[in-house]
Amino acid sequence: MDRCVGCEACMFACTRRLGYGGIGSSRIQVRSPGGIRRGYVVVVCRACADPSCARVCPTDALERRDGGGVIFHSEACLGCRNCAGACPFGAIPWDEDADRPLICSYCGVCAGYCPYDVIVLEDVADVRP
Amino acid sequence: MSDHNPVARVLTIDLTHRRFSIDDRTELFAAALGGTGVGIRLLEETCPQGIAATAPDNPIVFAVGPLVGMYPIASKTVAMFKSPHTGNLGESHAGGRSAVSIRMAGYGAIVIRGASDRPVYLVIKAGRVHFRDAAALWGMHTGHTVGRVIRERESGSGYRSIIRIGPAGERGVTYACAIADTYRHFGRLGLGAVFGSKRLKGIVVIGKQTLPVSDPKAYRSVYDDIFSAAISSDLMKKYHDLGTAMNVLPLNEVGALPTKNLQQTRFDKAENISGEALAASVLGRRLACAHCPVACIHLAALRIPHPKEPYFYKTSMVGYDYEPLYALGSMLEIASRNGLLELMDEVEGQGLDVMSAGVVLAWATEAFDRGLVTSAVTDGLTLAWGDHATYIEMVRRIVTQPNDFFRALARGAAYAASIYGGEEFALTFGGNEMPGYHTGPAAHLSFLGGARHSHLDSAGYSIDQEMMATGLSLSPHEIAERLLEEERWRQVLSSLVVCFFSRGLYTPQMVTRALAALGIEFDEQALKRLGTEVLERKHAFKMRNGFDPRTVPVPHRILQTPTPLGMVGEDFLRQGLDHFV
Repeated sequence: MDRCVGCEACMFACTRRLGYGGIGSSRIQVRSPGGIRRGYVVVVCRACADPSCARVCPTDALERRDGGGVIFHSEACLGCRNCAGACPFGAIPWDEDADRPLICSYCGVCAGYCPYDVIVLEDVADVRP
Repeated sequence: MSDHNPVARVLTIDLTHRRFSIDDRTELFAAALGGTGVGIRLLEETCPQGIAATAPDNPIVFAVGPLVGMYPIASKTVAMFKSPHTGNLGESHAGGRSAVSIRMAGYGAIVIRGASDRPVYLVIKAGRVHFRDAAALWGMHTGHTVGRVIRERESGSGYRSIIRIGPAGERGVTYACAIADTYRHFGRLGLGAVFGSKRLKGIVVIGKQTLPVSDPKAYRSVYDDIFSAAISSDLMKKYHDLGTAMNVLPLNEVGALPTKNLQQTRFDKAENISGEALAASVLGRRLACAHCPVACIHLAALRIPHPKEPYFYKTSMVGYDYEPLYALGSMLEIASRNGLLELMDEVEGQGLDVMSAGVVLAWATEAFDRGLVTSAVTDGLTLAWGDHATYIEMVRRIVTQPNDFFRALARGAAYAASIYGGEEFALTFGGNEMPGYHTGPAAHLSFLGGARHSHLDSAGYSIDQEMMATGLSLSPHEIAERLLEEERWRQVLSSLVVCFFSRGLYTPQMVTRALAALGIEFDEQALKRLGTEVLERKHAFKMRNGFDPRTVPVPHRILQTPTPLGMVGEDFLRQGLDHFV
């Protein structure tokens, strides 16, 4: 993660996979951990085995997913932002237009555009706590 | 211009009255794409004829283009203003996060007018402009600290750009820069001093957007072609591996590395400051501009001991490129790698254009050697080649300006030489200090005649290098025509705001394809017409403000020091310059 150069290719890939330019729909974020002199970090859902975001969702819009992480049922979402606040990594960006969380679907498109192998999509055999 | 992909809004900010307005300028962007093309038009609209560069009426124009946020390496913001350094066209380009942030905030251009009565910084987000008091930030020792304070106080981490000035801009050093995101610069021609004259300490631009395209399939296909060319071909390997610092040794080897104020063209300690040596010993990190996979920004980890305590260090991450290594390294004969990095860190913190700063210090040192200035004038300093500690003190005094000599140095080498003598070795072109290429007549013709007096106008050095490699001999007329053709095409690239390093990727065909996938019809002929027109507008602005290629002074020193192609004759340059009229 700390090899990230901050090119944002992953962020653009995430929105582009939906057929758009820009970064407004990106589930992955790149930011400096306290100033660019310290480089950049990638912030993205790490597919927790026991996800905090799902536990605080009042409507079960976030469902725990086999293999780690969550599945998002947007029709059930209230836009309460509990999930975004509960993620210890700050890995749930917000879609301000739709007023909904931007939940990673683990498609791995971002990893395909990382020129420096900072991010990879891996299958994890057993992630149950 | 496509309805799907508008980059048409211009934000105008009035610092005097603390107001802003947002205008739809679809026609402007349809005609001129963005960047330089839109910038020169907005400058024509907003910069009154005959004003001083430090007058409140001098506008600052920032412009981006339709490829920003859509394609890789469309990462530059073009700034246009009247230059306090030359009194003529001011134009500088910076990357970092600036271009993507401006586009993601919803703008194609930002125009800043008027002057604040007290220090401010601006926060541009969510369709609004906030005027924040910056009195406590004014006068802070370095631009680094200012960046940190603004970063911690404002929102938008990961979706923003912070552009700010250092003490040099506040104090009106005419070659003060504006720093974008710590490591990139609107370096040349004094944008920092224009900020300072408006009491504008900085700008934060924040935004994220999803941009619809007319043909997603074609868009993805063109994107992938550009992206894979950028990361897999040899085109950009040079910038990717050692960075621009890789130029030091080849230029030294052929005898084109300006050394000791261009008294020499080879530096016997060039090895110490080469890209290879820096990579092996101090390269600590590499960074990229937003939406550029190349990551050409190279940072050195400089360990600085405590002045008194043993076993006590701090580590500074110092950005390096070829131009700072030339201007503060070989030009000043600094052989100590750490000493050079310390000097670079000081110039950065003070917010000076590093190239002008180095050439000014080199002029001052030679003037001292020749007895034109003495330690009475320098306030007790003894100037000596290679003495980085004294140069650090000089840089501080250029900013604080304790006496007439330092006030003169704060206006550049040409001005200082007009007071103290030594004009024959003041290395300035159209009032702007020399870039690091003494390769031959084409380089010097491009510095003299190019619209920005920059090596980036038309890359004359590459024509010199071709002549070196092939033995080809070009006439002044032929060189001038090739330079102008290149400069015209670069107006297209800088209107699209793609980085010049990717000029091999963004061919006319590729540009046309990239635009078409966004629903923007601009064929190759239209692109070329735009390039010609933009360069004509820039030249017209310059002629109105008193520049004349027929009379631009040629620094004597470049005629006295042989290039790899032999001596350059003034007649040869004058014949070439006739084509720039």
